[in-house]
Amino acid sequence: MTAIETKSLSKTYKATRAVEDLNLTIERGELFALLGVNGAGKTTTIKMLSCLIKSTSGDATIMGNSIVTSPLKVKEIINVSPQETAVAPNLSVRENLELMCGIYGHNSKRARQMTDEVIRTFSLSEIEKTRARILSGGWQRRLSIAMALITEPEVLFLDEPTLGLDVLARRGLWRIIQEMKGRITIVLTTHYLEEAEALADRIAIMSRGKLVAVGTADELEALTNTGSFEDAFVALCEGEKNYENE
Amino acid sequence: MKMSSFAIRNSKELLRDKLNLAFGIGFPVIILLMLSLIQSNVPVELFAIENLTPGIAVFGLSFISLFSGMIIAKDRTSSFMLRLFTSPMKAIDYILGYTLPLLPMAVLQILACFLVAIPLGLNVSINILLTVAVLMPAAVVNIALGLLCGSLLTEKQVGGLCGALLTNGSAWLSGAWFPVELVGGAFKAVAGALPFLHAVNAGRYALNGEYSRIMPELIWVFGYAAALMVLAIIAFTKKMNSDNP
Repeated sequence: MTAIETKSLSKTYKATRAVEDLNLTIERGELFALLGVNGAGKTTTIKMLSCLIKSTSGDATIMGNSIVTSPLKVKEIINVSPQETAVAPNLSVRENLELMCGIYGHNSKRARQMTDEVIRTFSLSEIEKTRARILSGGWQRRLSIAMALITEPEVLFLDEPTLGLDVLARRGLWRIIQEMKGRITIVLTTHYLEEAEALADRIAIMSRGKLVAVGTADELEALTNTGSFEDAFVALCEGEKNYENE
Repeated sequence: MKMSSFAIRNSKELLRDKLNLAFGIGFPVIILLMLSLIQSNVPVELFAIENLTPGIAVFGLSFISLFSGMIIAKDRTSSFMLRLFTSPMKAIDYILGYTLPLLPMAVLQILACFLVAIPLGLNVSINILLTVAVLMPAAVVNIALGLLCGSLLTEKQVGGLCGALLTNGSAWLSGAWFPVELVGGAFKAVAGALPFLHAVNAGRYALNGEYSRIMPELIWVFGYAAALMVLAIIAFTKKMNSDNP
């Protein structure tokens, strides 16, 4: 079953075409990575799909709901972990999590239950009473992702979830993301090729706002006749040729 | 549920910022004490406590603008607002969620002024409670100003505009500690066109039991409160729907 379908989705900022004619289909339960260099259009795509900004033309459906005509319905079934850590600094870890449940319409009893569960899953119990602003970058990022997951979204957008984290914190988050695979449709943007390779079912390569190719890491290597995923990525980003329909 | 959860969060953010809180409630009280001390050392009646207290209370409310402006500007300049804007909250949830926690703070601020004024010689009467109610539209004016500034400006700009310009404007143009007639001319005309002087006058009439004179003054404050709130809602909604929230 299709979770996300974009139809000629485009975004223009004044003279700049940030995303151009994007056509993608992402299946339910899939972990889909959007990969590209800076300015490729990954974050703009996520912002459009999460109804944070309006598309200039085209449309997309999330679980059958249009981002253009039914943004509120879309917002009820998605959640986003933005690129920078997004937490309420003066609230404790527990309060941040309960806040998310509240603003997604859950009553306080249910919010407590959901928070208990997420604190267990993300191993946050030792810091649950600590205010977010004094947490380390790694813990803040972990909390930020937990806040995205606590509302039990059908589709989860993770924008550069491990940016700036050390190796151990990154691997810890990878484990959490891997545990979610199959249960939730996840769209992940990342700069780290090994992250996309390790986590994603399929990878889309974007360059200068356009979709260049989609496939598994092996398929992309085969497509470009290269010996590694990194070489395939470079070939796809630097090459003039569009592999999208091959 | 969505709005109340958000309002509770904003209350916590405000109450946990101890410096702002102490300054917002403490500073007007210190001014009240200082001016009362000056009054006790001069033979002429410069700062009668009945006139001074509503004036200082209105001045103190200008700090509410700073609180409301800062919390929105801080949210806007962090990724936290991006997170909120992808949630199913509507514009009304945000406006009420930011506004409601500030109303009890305004009451607390006004009450603090009156509680300090009582040992300084203010007569205790039911009119004190009426004055608190009469000053609430002025609180809404300041909350709306903060919402408006917070929706359009950065944290630093809000600090400058609400923290310096507005507090000074509200101090000098409200007739809080000297009658605007003493300066007269353009100063008096500007003061008369703004809501602060009318809020102070309404408060003074309420405290002195001159009930029939309250509404003509209060109507100005109501007008400003409504107009500024509409402007704040438009600015916030526009920002929410823009490419750069």
